[in-house]
Amino acid sequence: MSALPVEASDIQGLVRFGYAALTEAAFLLLKIRDAAAARKWLSRTSITTAEKMSRPPMTALQVAFTREGLEELGVCDDLLAGFSSEFLSGMAGQESRSRRLGDVGANSPQNWKWGGPGNLPHVLVMVYAQPGQLEGGIQAIQNAEWDVAFELIVRLDTSDLHGKEPFGFNDGISQPTPDWKRERTPAGNELAYGNLLSLGEFLLGYPNEYGRYTHRPLMAADAPRSSVLPFAEDRPDRRDFGRNGAFLVFRHLQQDVQGFWRFLDLQTGADPAGRQNLAESMVGRRMDGTPLLPASAHSIAGVDPKPAAQNQFTFDSDSDGIRCPFGAHIRRANPRNADLPASDGLFSRLLHMLGFGNAGYRDDVIASARFHRMIRRGREYGPQLAPEQAVTDNADTGEHGIHFICIVANILRQFEFVQNSWVMSTKFDALTQESDPLLGNREAIAGCPYTNTFSQPQQSGANARLMGMPQFVTVRGGAYFFLPSLSALRYLADIGNE
Amino acid sequence: MILATITPSRKTELIRLLAEMNYEPGLLNPSNTLVPFGQFDRLHYARFVILEDQTMDDITVCGLPRVNYPTYLAFLGDCDGPADELLAEMVKRASDGLRRIFMYCDGFDVDADLLVWIKAGNVSSAANYVNWIGRTVRQVTEEEALHQALERFLQENSTSLRPMQPGQLRERLKVFVAGEQQAGRLTLTPPKPTPLGWQIRNFLHLVGIPIVLLVLSPPLLLALPFFLIQLRRCERSDPEIAPRVDPDHANLLSSLEDHDMTNQFSAMGSVKPGLFRRITMILVLGAIGYTARHIFNRGRLARVTSIQFARWVFLDDKRRVIFASNYDGSLESYMDDFINKVAFGLNIVFSNGIGYPRTKWLVLNGAKDEQRFKDYLRRHQIPTQVWYNAHPGLTALDKWRNSLIREGLERMSMTNGEIQEWLRLL
Repeated sequence: MSALPVEASDIQGLVRFGYAALTEAAFLLLKIRDAAAARKWLSRTSITTAEKMSRPPMTALQVAFTREGLEELGVCDDLLAGFSSEFLSGMAGQESRSRRLGDVGANSPQNWKWGGPGNLPHVLVMVYAQPGQLEGGIQAIQNAEWDVAFELIVRLDTSDLHGKEPFGFNDGISQPTPDWKRERTPAGNELAYGNLLSLGEFLLGYPNEYGRYTHRPLMAADAPRSSVLPFAEDRPDRRDFGRNGAFLVFRHLQQDVQGFWRFLDLQTGADPAGRQNLAESMVGRRMDGTPLLPASAHSIAGVDPKPAAQNQFTFDSDSDGIRCPFGAHIRRANPRNADLPASDGLFSRLLHMLGFGNAGYRDDVIASARFHRMIRRGREYGPQLAPEQAVTDNADTGEHGIHFICIVANILRQFEFVQNSWVMSTKFDALTQESDPLLGNREAIAGCPYTNTFSQPQQSGANARLMGMPQFVTVRGGAYFFLPSLSALRYLADIGNE
Repeated sequence: MILATITPSRKTELIRLLAEMNYEPGLLNPSNTLVPFGQFDRLHYARFVILEDQTMDDITVCGLPRVNYPTYLAFLGDCDGPADELLAEMVKRASDGLRRIFMYCDGFDVDADLLVWIKAGNVSSAANYVNWIGRTVRQVTEEEALHQALERFLQENSTSLRPMQPGQLRERLKVFVAGEQQAGRLTLTPPKPTPLGWQIRNFLHLVGIPIVLLVLSPPLLLALPFFLIQLRRCERSDPEIAPRVDPDHANLLSSLEDHDMTNQFSAMGSVKPGLFRRITMILVLGAIGYTARHIFNRGRLARVTSIQFARWVFLDDKRRVIFASNYDGSLESYMDDFINKVAFGLNIVFSNGIGYPRTKWLVLNGAKDEQRFKDYLRRHQIPTQVWYNAHPGLTALDKWRNSLIREGLERMSMTNGEIQEWLRLL
């Protein structure tokens, strides 16, 4: 139906759609017991694609694999070697990666429910459904092969909190707009923040923001069974196993809703308005999603000004961080900057390129945002707990959290960079002694007396600094998955049929 | 940089010995018994690194035979004042440890004068970058103590200090610091005057080089078109060698990284054969050394604020180069700075190395080929066996901010606007 210059019918739907109308969802983490049965299941199961439909489907099904899962299915070493090293090594595969991701202390993979050492899933099956349709949808995929093929490690359920995450904030507001029409040619230096990004940032096999094709597995045109795969755009002599596929980063994040609101309650003398203000300053948005900053005067490419007024802003108007603190969650997750500091004219641009023309030590220290964006597809879990309930003593103690899911073409440059250099870093934007107010692990760092603070610049006087913040979010599991195209799924299903 | 040739049969033993200085790979014990780096109060960073080049076969793409260069042990230190003084102090305090290390190297004589032997292995840098010329180890330590004391004071007295006007608050903070200094809890040593000899030499260097260039400019301008033609010819035909990185090599390197907010980077490779690239490399490093000394010496190397120290050193009659730096953040953010902020700077130097991603007019493309550039650098990177940082947890921006805090405290007069700006540092 859609006339896109991409093969929407070859792409798993989650890349393009969040399935907001499909309010129920469950994620099944599986080990492969029998590869032949698993391939058979794959060949008989219908995966939802990115084609536009006149109305949302009753259910949607997506499937993704870890490196171990691809190996189990019988993918050969040569093909695997084409994947990025972070995918091959896995989210919890190296101590140095865990250090970079902040997965130390309570977040350490040893404590994970799944995804830690010896507990790696092979397959992620994601089932989305309209209200009342989830169990039927799950049953429908559990055909004759299912039980032979898979062993369920864990089923992760989700809950519909009506667009809010468990702390009570509207979530998933800021999303990059992939250039589905393939009209964008990024400039060497983009002088304004833009939200429209090259398709190759989110799908393999297309040019990325550098105008290059991200590393991915390719194979010889005459490789066995490869005829189901498209040719690589940049290497017409090779078949592209990656094209129309992407990486899916999954993090199971438990949120201490009671701890969060009680801490803020204590800091603000049990004043409901004060506690909400403080929470909003930590997030960088009002609870309903309204940014703390006024809308930018000029339009931002890829942000539709009407429905997405909540994204029509940058931090340029708040260079002192007085309205939205430098360390606020949304400033860390997406600093909304351009490739160069604001320059007028060629001469000023040249000066900035050489590092001149900066007034203060904090100027021009953040990496350009456009190389570090991700499509977010997270879903919440656990019961709803409003702030006023959370602060009372007899509030429930159920587990709350978010299944953070993001889709990228380059795990290292997008997810890991944002997580390491921006969100978890105690040195983001020339700050010190604080990491993300929501996600920070507050772990000690040699030479830093504390990492558990949150600074708020003031109109007058020294910064206000919140001290002794506990950890509010704990990682309980996670893995890097490959979300193959439909043709790559066909290739996988066909392994073994010589 | 001190360079010594490792006796081939004894490399493994040396690696084992160097590892004894670490708590775990990548994490040094600063008071280890071999070389207790923490005792040297003028030393910012130091490393022992085994210069074993994994890319010696690369020269065969240029139609030349592989040269089996020896494997060296290098010691690099970034210190205040003359390097000779540091070496003398190290020999004085750690002679046994240094002997145990250098005994694995060719020509080491246990009975010889250790300092003389070490100095004989000294190799000067071709270019040197210092984030902030003149900021001493002592100054960094004292200013961080000042920063912490002020933060604590503000926290503990927030109710009484919060209502104060900016000017009043600054006065109160000055009184507090003066009290702490008197009680001996804080020290702010006045900076030592820069030696007159150094100032004169620096000035002569500053004006001398441009004068020489001016004098030479007519022949240089005449040579320029030929240079450019030759450059483009090379750029069109020079082969690239940037295969995907060997996972084991990458894993070894990353196991040494991100134990601290700052990381080390050591890399080496061969200069493209022929006079053209050799001369280009010498000129480019000369230009970098000049600008680093006179222009980019206050917190920024062009747009980059995360490099604390960096240097390039020629080896083996300028046929090979090593690059060693101390940078803030992770390798990925370092690469991001390279690619998105100073690709031109990386290109003019490293495109003279064999296999570098294709450049255009010396400054364009190259590092902008993001993944090939990252693969190229990672492939040329070598593990640093021992790495010392005098100020773990402090980035170059932390040090800069702390200096600004002190400066604002010591200034005679400030406008209200300046005081407000200054308070935002806290």
